[in-house]
This record gives sequence, structure tokens and C-alpha cells, in this order.
Amino acid sequence: MEKGSINEIQDQIIDEFSLLDGDMEMANIYLMELGQKLPELDEAHKIDDNLVKGCQSKVWLKTHFDDGRIIYQADSNTAITKGLVSLLVRILSDQQAEDIINADLYFIDKIGMNRFIGTQRSNGFGAMIKQMKLFAVAYNTKMKNQT
Amino acid sequence: MRTSNQEILDRNRVKLNIEEIRKEFPILDQEVHGKPLVYFDNAATTQKPRSVIQALTQYYTGYNANIHRGIHTLAEKATTAFEATREAVRDFLNAAEVEEVIFTHGTTEGINLVASSYGKENIKEGDEIIISAMEHHSNIVPWQILCQEKGAHLKVIPVNEAGEIIFEEYEKLLNEKTKIVSIVHVSNTLGTINPIKEVIQKAHDAGAVVLIDGAQASSHLELDVQDLDCDFYVFSMHKLYGPTGSGILYGKRALLEKMPPYKGGGEMIKEVTFEKTTYNDIPYKFEAGTPNIADVVAIKSALDFVQELGKENIAEHENKLLAYANQKLSQIPGLKFIGTAKEKVSVISFVMEGLHHFDIGQMLDARGVAVRTGHHCTQPLMQVYGIEGTVRASFSVYNTKQEIDIMVEGLEKVVKIIK
Repeated sequence: MEKGSINEIQDQIIDEFSLLDGDMEMANIYLMELGQKLPELDEAHKIDDNLVKGCQSKVWLKTHFDDGRIIYQADSNTAITKGLVSLLVRILSDQQAEDIINADLYFIDKIGMNRFIGTQRSNGFGAMIKQMKLFAVAYNTKMKNQT
Repeated sequence: MRTSNQEILDRNRVKLNIEEIRKEFPILDQEVHGKPLVYFDNAATTQKPRSVIQALTQYYTGYNANIHRGIHTLAEKATTAFEATREAVRDFLNAAEVEEVIFTHGTTEGINLVASSYGKENIKEGDEIIISAMEHHSNIVPWQILCQEKGAHLKVIPVNEAGEIIFEEYEKLLNEKTKIVSIVHVSNTLGTINPIKEVIQKAHDAGAVVLIDGAQASSHLELDVQDLDCDFYVFSMHKLYGPTGSGILYGKRALLEKMPPYKGGGEMIKEVTFEKTTYNDIPYKFEAGTPNIADVVAIKSALDFVQELGKENIAEHENKLLAYANQKLSQIPGLKFIGTAKEKVSVISFVMEGLHHFDIGQMLDARGVAVRTGHHCTQPLMQVYGIEGTVRASFSVYNTKQEIDIMVEGLEKVVKIIK
């Protein structure tokens, strides 16, 4: 199946969350369910090199490149953060580096999760977004230097 | 001791009208995620009564002026209010003299002041400083810095499974090299009340001075620094219904007078020439620069609030909440209490099987319940229990049993989801 664009997937996610009608408890539960569906990162990859710094919950991010696209794999030791992480993977993984760099992740605000941004000390979600974009920038730079 | 007179205590003991008290805290009247706010993060900071908020406003709208040196009316008013707070704190602690009360930014600054100033003059290579395994990072790091500077050693009193210091081990640590014992009165993570009077006595027998970290104790327990015979007692006002950024260092006059200044600047000097400066007397010697006047002025309103309700009445209410929460929470499958000391204040820490504290905190927040999750700045204590963190609920005078029910329902829901 053809992967949708970043904004198409964001809009899907906004639709899904709109069914919850702003109920924060339901949103948390839904996030936990989504997190459970995210394939677990192999223990061998849960190393400090892949760790995105957060104070209370840990997030691991692993990246590889596949024919101009960036593939992200991620995991977290807390259920809700893992759900959030799964959304980012769903949106940004298997996209062009350029698109990832320019992505405006408006879904975060629309689904009421902006409270997780800017609290890097507590959950590493904001730091993860930065890290994902940073990988895309690094990849792009590398490609440009080669051509 | 002031409070030993049972008759006076009984006469003063009244059942508090919690609904009326809640009305004095404007912040409580709000919804979080569409649910009434349940504020159980009181060990981090308490909310402020209207009288404290008004004192701040009145200061800025009525008599804001720099204190002590001004000769105009506003400066006099501000100085009078500022020094009236000092006297109120003296009374609150039953300190012998008002000069023994020093205003700080909070507990952390108080400990750093003593570590830097007293430590500078009195600690030498090979000396020992004793703390306990349940200390907040604020009562660990300043001593580590001092030990590194001086080549001194930090010794740690271990705690048992219940979260109490092992007194015999403490006694074994004491010797002629012990110069300072710095210990928390009440654990911020566990709620344990330490037997500080006995700790102080033993330390003095060994020739050491004692600093008590009263950050958590000051809002729950009756304090009498003369009866305790502690050398230093530090606490933060923001955990005691007062403004943020304000705190108290109590120190015995004889010690404070001998200690060198901690910071240099205005207020703390008698006379300055380029060759030599003579320092002001205590307490001003330790209050360099323009102090936090507005917040200090408002401290008095916070202390008045506590005195009017009566600390014993506040404690009685909080202890009832603690007992109720203990009983309710113990029925939740998979919930394990961290810290089960016999003597506790209204702080409950727990973990839940198969659940990360962060997720529990998020689920409770969705119900409007504010708890704290994590290591509570006591990482070494977490290592003792072999955990990364806990969920901590801490109760204050304005909390109710109904609020505990809301938290318990939330936790029951979490358990169901996980199953």
C-alpha cells in the first residue's frame, strides 16, 4: 500500500482522536493501545546511543535509510509515551528526508497533546521530534555532499 | 516545650471546617480536563490562601520601597512589615532571638549557605559529615561539594524497608571526626518523620553540629528549635502556604556570629573601604542585596493562617486523610506502598505492578488529579528500593476524603485497563 503523505496521515489521526470528544482519559487509553501495537524495538537496540533524553520515561529511536526514505523505529518504557511515539513513527517513518524536515506537526495541537511538548524533562516526546528531524537533516546533508 | 501542655492543646483543638477553608484558596475552584481539580501535590508546593495573595498585592500597591536604609514613610512601612515577619518566624519556631532568623530563597539556599559558610571555617581534611539515605538532593549535593573541596568524607545513615533510619547504624557512624550531621526532619518521598531530637542529642554528644532540613516538616509538625536544640533548621515558605522563592534559615546565634558571610553586597556590610570591609551583625550579614521584600512580607500572612487554624488541628485533619487513603489504596490490587514508617505525615508514595509511574500520573491528571511522579529528587533512596520512581500523593489542610475517592477510582480504572 502506498504510504500517505505526512499531512494525510496527520489528518487521519486527528479524525481518530476527534471520536474521543476531548476526553483526556480516553485519549490516554487510546494512546496506550496504539503503543501496544507498535512493534517492540529489539533489546539490543535499547542502548544509550539510541536514547532520547527524557527524565521520567525513556524513548529509544533507531533510524535507517532506504532508497531516499528514512525509516524510524522507536520504543518507550512507558505506555502513554509509547503511544505518542507510535504516532510519530506512523507519520514520519518511510517519508522523504525533505518532507520530514519541512513537516509541520499540527496534529499534536489538534489532538490536545501539546502539553507533552516542551516538557522534555518529563517524557522526551519533544526531544524525540527534534531528534527525528535532526536525522533527516543529517541524511539530506550527506546526500547533497555526495552528489 | 510550648506544646507539651495538654490542656492548652485540648482547649485549642477544634474540628476544622474544610469547606470554609477551601474557599480561602481561589486556585482550587477550577476544572482540569473538564474535571474538578484535585490537588495532591502539596509536598512539592502548597497552594496559597487569599490572605497571602492579598498581602503581596497590598505590598506592591501600597508600600513598595527598599527597606532598612530609606528614611521616607514608605520605606519605614516596608521595613516594619519585613521585620514583623522575622518576629513571626521567630515565634513560629520558638527561637530564642529574632536575630537567629535569616531570610533565604528556600531550603536549598539555606543548606548551601551553611555548607559554604560554616563548612568553610570548620571542615578540614579527614572530617566526616553524616546525612541519611532518604535525603533530598538539596541535602546531598552541597555536602558533596564541601567534602570535595576540603577532602572530607560523606557518611550515610542507611534506612530499613519501612523507610526509617536505622538508629544503631547512625550511632556507629558517629565519632570524633564527625563535624556535621545534616538530616531531613520529614522525608519528602516517604513521609517518614525522623526522630531528630534523638539524632541531635547523639550528634551533640559526639561534638558535631546539626542541620535539620525541615522543608516537609514545617507545614505538618509543631516546631520548637529550642526544645529540639538543633543548630540550624531550614525550610521553604512555598511548602507552607507562603510565596515561592522565600525560605528561612534558623541558626543559633553563637554559630551564626562566628560564620563568615555567604554572599557579599549591600545590606551585609557595616563599612566599606577599598582596603577593608567590616560586616554587619546577624541576621543582615547573611542577607546581602535587596531582599525578597514582597514575599517576606507575605510570609507573615501564611504563618498567621497556620496559627489561626492551629497546627495540631491541621495535623489531625491531614492524619485522618492519610489513614483513609492508606486504607483505600491498600485495597487496590498490585499497589505497593513505598515507605511504611510508623511515624508519618500525610505523604503517600506507591508503585503499581506492570505500570510505570508516568502513565499512572497521566491517567490521574486526565481525571483532574494532580500527583507527583518520578524520583522526587531522591535518586539514592530510589536505589535503596530498587525502583526508578513512585507516584506520590500528599495531602494538605484543604483536601478531602471525597478527593481521595476520586483518585482511588482513577487508579481502579487504570488497573482494569491493564487487565
